[in-house]
Parts: sequence; structure tokens; C-alpha cells
Amino acid sequence: MENFYLTIALSPLIGAIIAGFFGRVLGRSATHTITILGVLVSTVLALMVFNHHVLERGEVFNQNLYTWMQIGNLNVSVGFLVDNLTSVMLVVVSFVSLMVHIYTIGYMHDDKDYTKFFSYISLFTFSMFMLVMSNNFMQLFFGWEAVGLVSYLLIGFWHHKESAVEANLKAFLVNRVGDFGFLLGIGLVLAFSGSLDYMEVFASLDNTVNQTLWGMDLITVICLLLFVGAMGKSAQVPLHVWLPGSMEGPTPISALIHAATMVTAGIFMVSRMSPMFEMSDVALTVVMVVGAITALFMGLLGIVQNDIKKVVAYSTLSQLGYMTVALGVSAYSVAIFHLMTHAFFKALLFLGAGSVIVAMHHEQDIRKMGGLRKKMPITYWTGLIGTLALIGFPGFAGFYSKDMIIEAVHFSQLPYADWVYYAVVAGVFITAFYSFRMFFLVFHGESRVDHHTEQHLHESPASITFPLIMLAIPSAIIGYFTIEPMLFAGWLDNAISVASRHLSMAELSGEFHGAAEMISHAVQTLPFWMMVGGIVVAWVFSIYRTKWADWVQKKFSVVDYVLQSLYGFDRFNEIVFVNGVKKLGNVLWKVSDSMVIDSMIVNGSARFIGFIGSMVRPIQTGYVYHYAFFMIFSLLIILTWTLFMGDKPLLVI
Amino acid sequence: MENTLLSLLIWLPIIGGGLVILLGNERASTARWVSLVISILVFVMSLSLWAGFDSSTHLMQFVEKSAWITQFNIHYHLGIDGISMPLIILTTFSTILVIAAGWEVIQKRPAHYMAAFLMMEGLIIGVFSSLDAILFYAFWEASLIPMLLIVGIWGGDNRVYAAIKFFLYTFLGSVFMLVSLIYMYNKGGSFSILDMHNLSLSATEQAWIFWAFFMAFAVKVPMFPVHTWLPDAHVQAPTGGSVILAAIMLKMGGYGFFRFSLPITPDASLQFSDVVIALSLIAIVYIGFVALVQRDMKKLIAYSSISHMGFVTLGVFALFLAYKPGSAEGALLGLEGAMVQMISHGFISAAMFLVVGVLYDRLHSREISTYGGVINSMPKFTGFAVLFAMANAGLPGTSGFVGEFMVILGAVQANIWYAVLAATTLIVGAAYTLWMVKRVFWGKITNPAVATLNDINGREFSILAILALAVLIVGLYPQPLIEVMHSSIDHLLNQALSSKL
Repeated sequence: MENFYLTIALSPLIGAIIAGFFGRVLGRSATHTITILGVLVSTVLALMVFNHHVLERGEVFNQNLYTWMQIGNLNVSVGFLVDNLTSVMLVVVSFVSLMVHIYTIGYMHDDKDYTKFFSYISLFTFSMFMLVMSNNFMQLFFGWEAVGLVSYLLIGFWHHKESAVEANLKAFLVNRVGDFGFLLGIGLVLAFSGSLDYMEVFASLDNTVNQTLWGMDLITVICLLLFVGAMGKSAQVPLHVWLPGSMEGPTPISALIHAATMVTAGIFMVSRMSPMFEMSDVALTVVMVVGAITALFMGLLGIVQNDIKKVVAYSTLSQLGYMTVALGVSAYSVAIFHLMTHAFFKALLFLGAGSVIVAMHHEQDIRKMGGLRKKMPITYWTGLIGTLALIGFPGFAGFYSKDMIIEAVHFSQLPYADWVYYAVVAGVFITAFYSFRMFFLVFHGESRVDHHTEQHLHESPASITFPLIMLAIPSAIIGYFTIEPMLFAGWLDNAISVASRHLSMAELSGEFHGAAEMISHAVQTLPFWMMVGGIVVAWVFSIYRTKWADWVQKKFSVVDYVLQSLYGFDRFNEIVFVNGVKKLGNVLWKVSDSMVIDSMIVNGSARFIGFIGSMVRPIQTGYVYHYAFFMIFSLLIILTWTLFMGDKPLLVI
Repeated sequence: MENTLLSLLIWLPIIGGGLVILLGNERASTARWVSLVISILVFVMSLSLWAGFDSSTHLMQFVEKSAWITQFNIHYHLGIDGISMPLIILTTFSTILVIAAGWEVIQKRPAHYMAAFLMMEGLIIGVFSSLDAILFYAFWEASLIPMLLIVGIWGGDNRVYAAIKFFLYTFLGSVFMLVSLIYMYNKGGSFSILDMHNLSLSATEQAWIFWAFFMAFAVKVPMFPVHTWLPDAHVQAPTGGSVILAAIMLKMGGYGFFRFSLPITPDASLQFSDVVIALSLIAIVYIGFVALVQRDMKKLIAYSSISHMGFVTLGVFALFLAYKPGSAEGALLGLEGAMVQMISHGFISAAMFLVVGVLYDRLHSREISTYGGVINSMPKFTGFAVLFAMANAGLPGTSGFVGEFMVILGAVQANIWYAVLAATTLIVGAAYTLWMVKRVFWGKITNPAVATLNDINGREFSILAILALAVLIVGLYPQPLIEVMHSSIDHLLNQALSSKL
């Protein structure tokens, strides 16, 4: 199998290199064929790996490829750890990536940097594989930052747009804030365990017992620092600010990077570190609360967005919050389950949005759409499936994963779990509301499309609709088929450990009676009616009585203002961090560095010496009689001194 | 052959430089080619140091020793270990690049320009391979002269000010070093550096000697607050001068800490490590903020250099706290991280200055505001620039990551707050580097002159491609580099931890 793993990682890299360096020579179709082949190979092999590990229960693979550095007894290697968690991630990443590659053919058709784009998305796929297959923290960090790099390049892909190059800088820096914590966490891991290898670290977790730092248990500090990293990548409040901006990038990468895969890296990482997080209830509580805040409040922002991609972006933030909540309540497998279903339906929704955007000639305002259902049937139906999956309509993929998260919170004994429960249940209403608001505004009702666009409005080409269909299938059914094995039959058992005192999963398991039963049981549950409520309200406001929406907006203008200004995070960051740091830098530079150190001390001492020189210079006249005078005059003084004064005067007067 | 290899490496470029001067500025083309051939020859020869190097021992290798000034027991004594060898190869490597980089743009006295770099190469190799303190000092001071001339003759408008400031500042520092070297000779009767390592010194003596060395090395590194000569020198220096200054001359300071401070004054190093660490952290954090607001690209990179070199001194002096009996890994991470950081900074700062040089050659401006949207006219060049910027920001997979990663991991084991402060570079370093990238390379073209820029030619492409390879190789597979230095660093750690009192 070893060669399989290596091939999975390297074939997109090779594709990226060929596309990057020779893309212009090879031409467009050769480039996309090569990169798609590369990812296709990975996808096929990922399925075989999945089969081997998950279905056939193969041995966990954990082996180093080469020694990256050896210092004393510390060995840091590049290597692969492939267990069931990795296998699931490999399938998700490779499949979504493959779909996005195909979709790109249609979407980026007119772009002059077509081949570069393929190079980047293949490079991204490689980075993501390295991240999920890593068996140590160094390589994890490599993948972690490498996906950040590609995300930076892709958000700024249309580099002539000022908004795009601002967004990519912001994205990179906010992610770096997360990485700052992450790196310190890694440093502490090394300090207590003497290793960066996952298995060795997990084996030496006992070393942390009774150790404290900053007034907390050491393990709590470590977990919180690692979680800061996850907050950056997985866009949790307050490090979420980069994700809406990332929508400046072309839509395929919004689907691949900023919805389906990269942003789930944090979720994956925390799941991977479950043996550590399980040791600290404090850390888990923080994780859960941060997740709940993100899930609820970012969802609310989705309601007031009018840019089709922004709505989906805020929905992504909210769903990432749900996953994080699941992590907090020790339901790691549920988090991964939601990660998987979300990857499919969110990629679908984004690509669907992209299909609409292409048809609309890059108009992204949903107020200027409407009635697209008839013109774009495939986009419409796949979009409906994606939306139903997102809101958790019974039977669809998201239904299972989201319901399980809500139930897991229900059973959690962590402090504040009851509040979090209300937040995630309320989130269901909000999700249904903004999702169907967008859905109705885009596809139903009167057409508000301008005349010129209306005439050219048609369904997207096959390279775009094919991925939509391929993603719609798992969005509809994958939850039904995988919920039982993934959550209750131990698919992820060899990767995730849950402490016996955390009962959520055990309780869930006791209550679970099959996927079919969940559907029939759904109508008796609160989340179901919240969802129905959300759909109805969305229908009322966007189809039935659109004026009511304006009325509500006016009536609750304060709330509207708060939501429109995105809770002020951006303005706060702009004032405090961006301007504050610039001011600080200027003060340090002009006052401390240029004035005090350089002008006063350094050049000051030069001037001081010059000053002394100028004082002494007049004495050096160059006239012999001046020097003779000084010699004689000095001699006189010395003689006087030695003769009449001093300790032992020669002549006493 | 083998036992004269170091002498060849030193004297071939110096004599070769003399030859190039004799060729004269009239025969510029021949002078360029001769210089390039010599520099490549020296580089290839220096590679045989690596090939013939025995990394299992900390003892000096390729040793040459003969009497020089017998009255004072001064020897022509050369030799290298795992600390100096990589720095020598960095020197020979960088020299090829600067000679190639000055190929077209230097029209004023081109033969002299090339000769200055060749001579400086020999002198700096002399610094890194001297085992006699007086020989070391001679090379150390002599290497200032070509740099003084390079800044003073081929520099910008304010070149004389910058050249004199650079010279006086570094010279002032070194004089104190000379005094302490003579003091130790009077005490031990030998100018051999290795004898000085074993010379027993009282706490007071060590303190004096430590600070005397510190003056010399801290100015060179440069450390806060004796750093202000560097931005001036860089801004005024021609591209090649900046490259050598940043890539190699700064490393002489770092090398001094490894070769002199730690082994000769271990107790004083321990005693004053807090001060040095504090200055290093100020360099990393404070200078990072200063870099952020620079409007001149070269100044920005100069400040970024100071900040990155802060990791070197941090890594070195964190060893005392990071060392735990029974597990030396924390201390070793710091020390070897510092070494890797020096090599890596050699590549990256060279690359960054060359990138600015490419732009300066075309538009004669270093101001960030002159540019914007360079990617539109220079896509290939932008690819390189972004890669090097990412390396400067410490992206994993590039060499810039390795040293910082190691030092931060080591610093955690010394004191978590050191690591917290040092790790801010992740944010600040990325901020100043990528903000510059954004303003220079991305966006729309605002200055019409930018639209007329030609993308890099084959020569420029090759220079940048070689550096890019170096940055990536060290980033993806640093182990070979770490391996050659390991025995020497291990030995140095023992020296630093054995009290002389």
C-alpha cells in the first residue's frame, strides 16, 4: 500500500508542476487533461485505500519516508499515517477536488491564466493530502501553511481587483494569527513529549499530568493553543473575518478551499488530536462555546447578505461552527461526519452558485435574479438538493449529521452545554431561513434579471453540470448510508479516542435505531419544526409578501445595522490592528529608531567627537612660534609644580 | 591538494581579483568573464570541502599551519569544522550570484567592481577558516575594505555617508575584540583560537572579554540597538553589495558568537544570556514593526534582516535555559536552528535584494509607491518574488521556515515567553513582507512606467532560479545541512556548558 499513499500525494503535485511550468507550452486542453488525470488517479487510489482500511479493516499504516531533521534523539520525519480518519478525508478531498477540476474547465474557460489556475488547484490538492496523511506535527504544519499559501494565491487570482488582493493578504495574516498559537502549541507538545510524532506524543501524554502553565493545566494550554490554529483555518469567531473576503477568488476555489476542504483542516486536526483534547474539559468547553457562537451568529449574518456567494460563505462559517461544537462535546466522529456531508453539499451549493454566476454574466446580487428555475433546470434541481441537505431536511445528508450534532450537545455534560443546545437549535431555523431565502430569490418568483442578460440566460455547459450532478448524489444519500458505520459501528475508532467520562457518543448510540427510523422520528423533534419554520418564513418574505421584509428591516433597523456591519469585526480590526500597528510602527521607526538611536546616539556621538575636534582645532595653528610658546609656557607650569607644590616640593618657600 | 585547499580558496579569489584589476576597466567583458570563471571555480572547489568533510568529528579539518610571526607566536593556521564549512560554501555560492547580477548594470569601473567582490570573497573565507586569532582579526578587518569601496564607489546618492558610517561602526566594535585577543595572548601565550577555548579565565575576565567580543559581533549581526548602520548601508549599496552584506557579512557576527563568545567565555555567556536574549527579542518584535512602515523596499528588507538575525542570537543564547540534563535537544534546536537560520537568511536576503535590484535596474526607484501591478508586465519575475517573499515570511517548505521553527521550538523549552515573542514574527513578518508584495506586485498598474517593464532575461532568471532551488532544497530536506554541523555543535554545547571557574 505504501506506493499507493505516495502516489495519492504526488500525482497532483506532478500535475501542478507540469501545469505550472509548461502549461503555456502545452496548451489548455493538455494542461487540464494532465491535472485532472493526476487527481483522478488520487481519487481512484483513495477509494481503494478507503476500501482497504475502512471496509476491510486493514492495518493502520504509519511509516516515515525520510528524515527531515535529526537532532540528538529528536527525529522529525516526513511520513504518512493512514488510518480510517485519513481514509475518509482522502476520499472527500480527492472527490471534491476532482469535481472542481472538471468544473473549472467550464467556469474558467475565458480566463487568460487558465493553466495557472489548474496548477494552483492541483497544488492545493497535494497540500491537503500532505496535511491529512501526516504522521507528525511538522508535516501537519507544512500542509497547514501550504494550503494557506495556495489559498492566498487563489483568492488573489484576479490580481487586478484591489478587493481581491486585499482579501488575500487579510486571509493570510488572519490565518497566521491562528498559526501563531498553533506553532506555540506544537512547541509545548515537543517540550513535554520530546517528539513531534503523533503516536509518540500520544504515548507520552502522561507526562503532562500535574504540570501547569499560566495557571492552567499544561494540557489545557496546549489544546487551547492548538485550537487557536484551528480557529484560524476553520474560521471560528473572531478569526472568521478572512473567509467572507475569500469569496473574491474564482468560484471553483470557493467551493474547494473555502467550503469543502481547507477550512475543515481545523476540524480534522482537533479530531486527530482527540487523545489530547479529551484530557481537558476546559479546552473542550472553550471549543464548544466558540463553535456555538460561530454557528449562531455567523448564520444570522447570512440572512442579510445579498451576494449569492456571501450567503453561502456565511452558511459555511455557521456550519463550521456546528462541526466545532461537535468537537467540543467529544463527538469527533460526528464532526467528521458533518465535515464529510458538508463537503459534498457545500461544494455543490458553491458550484451551483458559480453556475448561476456564469449564466448571469458575473452578476452576483440575488436581488437581481429570480425565476431562473426554468432556464437552468439542472442547476435548479441540484441546487434544491444541496439546499435541502444544508438545512437538514429529513433523509438528506445534512439531516443526519446536523441532527446528530444537536443530539450530542443535548447529552453533553459540559458547562454551558444547555445554552449551546439552544444556539444550535436556533441555528437550524436560521439556516433554513437564509438558505431558502436565497433559493427562492434566485430560482423562484418574478424575474428581476436585466433584459440583456435575460436573453442570453441558459443552462451551463456539461463540464459545469456534470460535477453538480455528481455532487448532488452524495449530498442526497451519503448520510443515510454512512451514519451507522461511521458513528456507531466504529469506522473511526482506530483514530479517535473518547474519554469514558464524556458520554455524548455512548448516549447517542443508545438512542440510535437506524437511519430510516430517524426520518420517521424526525417530525417529533424540535429541529424539524424549526427548519419548517425557517422555510415558511423565507417563503413569506421572499415570495409571498416581499414588502414585509422591507417593513421588518425598517422596524428593526438597529438589528439590521448590527448585522449589516457584520458586528463591527472588520471595523474593529481596521482601527485597532491595521491602523494601530501602522501608527506603532511609525512611532518606533521615526522616534525611537531614527531620532533617538540613530540621530541622537549614533550620529550624536559622531557630532560630539566633531565638536571636540572643533574645540581643539584652533590650538593647532601650524605656526612654530605658537608651539614654542606652548612648550615654554607648559614647561614653566611643570617646573613650578615640581619645585614648589605637590607632595614633596623640592623648594619649600 | 587537500591540505592546501583552504589556502587556495582564500588566495585564488584574492589574486584573481588582482588579475582582474590588471585587466582594467577597458577590457570589461574579459574582466567579467574571468571573474565569473574564478568565482565558479572557487565554488566548485569549496564543494570538495563538503565532499571531503568528516561529519562524525568536531575536530578541525583541512588544517594548515605554518609559522607566520614567530616572535609573537602567530601562525598562519587554517581549519574548518561543521560551523564554518557551510558558511564558506554560502560565501562562494553568493559570490557567483553577485558577479552575475552586476554583469550589465555596472558600467562604472566594471573590472574594479568584480575584483572587489572576488577579493572580499577570499577575505571572508579567511575569516571563517582562521584558527589563529591575529590571522582572524586581519581577515576580519580587511574584509571591511572592499565593502567600504563597493558602497563608497558604486553606491547611491548618499553613499559616502553610508560607507563611512558602516566602516566606523564596525571598526569601532572590532577594536575591542582585538584588545581582548591580546589580553588572552598575554595570559596564555598563544594566539591559537583553540588554545583560547581552553584558557582558564576568572569570572571578571570573562565578563570583560565577553562584552568586548559582544561589541564586535553585535554590531556585525547587527543587534538592537547597534543596528542603524545597516539600513543606511543597504539603501546606499549597489545590489551586489547589499547581497554580500546581508548574506555573508552579517553572518560573521553570528559566527563570532559560535567561535569565540560561547567557548571562550562560557560563564559570562551564561551570566549575560538574559541581556542578549532580551536584545534579540527586541530585534524580532520591535524591528518587525519598524519594517512594516518602511516605504523604501531596501530599507524594509534591511530591517527584516535585523529581525531575522534576531533568531540567530536568540537561538544561541537560549541554550542555557533550554538545556535540561539528560535531554540536550532543546539547546541543540536553538543552536542548530541559529546555524540553519544563518544559511537560510543568506539565501533569502540575497534573493530579496536581487529582486529589488531587478526592479531598481529598470526604474531606478526603490520606493514601494513607484510600483504596483508589476505582475502584469513581469509575470515570471513575480513568481520568483512571491516565492522569496513567502520564504522571508517563513513558509514551511522553504528554508526560511526551518531555522525559525527550530529556534522557536528550542525557545519554548527555555522560556515560553521567549517563544511567544519570537513567534509574533509569524504574523508581523508575513505582514511586512506580503504587504510589500501586495503594493508592488499585485493590483492594477498605476504608474505607466511599470507597464513598459520587460520581464527578467535569461541571466536574471538563472540567478533567481538557482536561489529558488537552494531555498526549496533546504526547506524540504534540511537534514544534510544539519548533519554536517551536528558534531561541532554538540561539542560547542559541551564547551558552553562547562564552567571555566
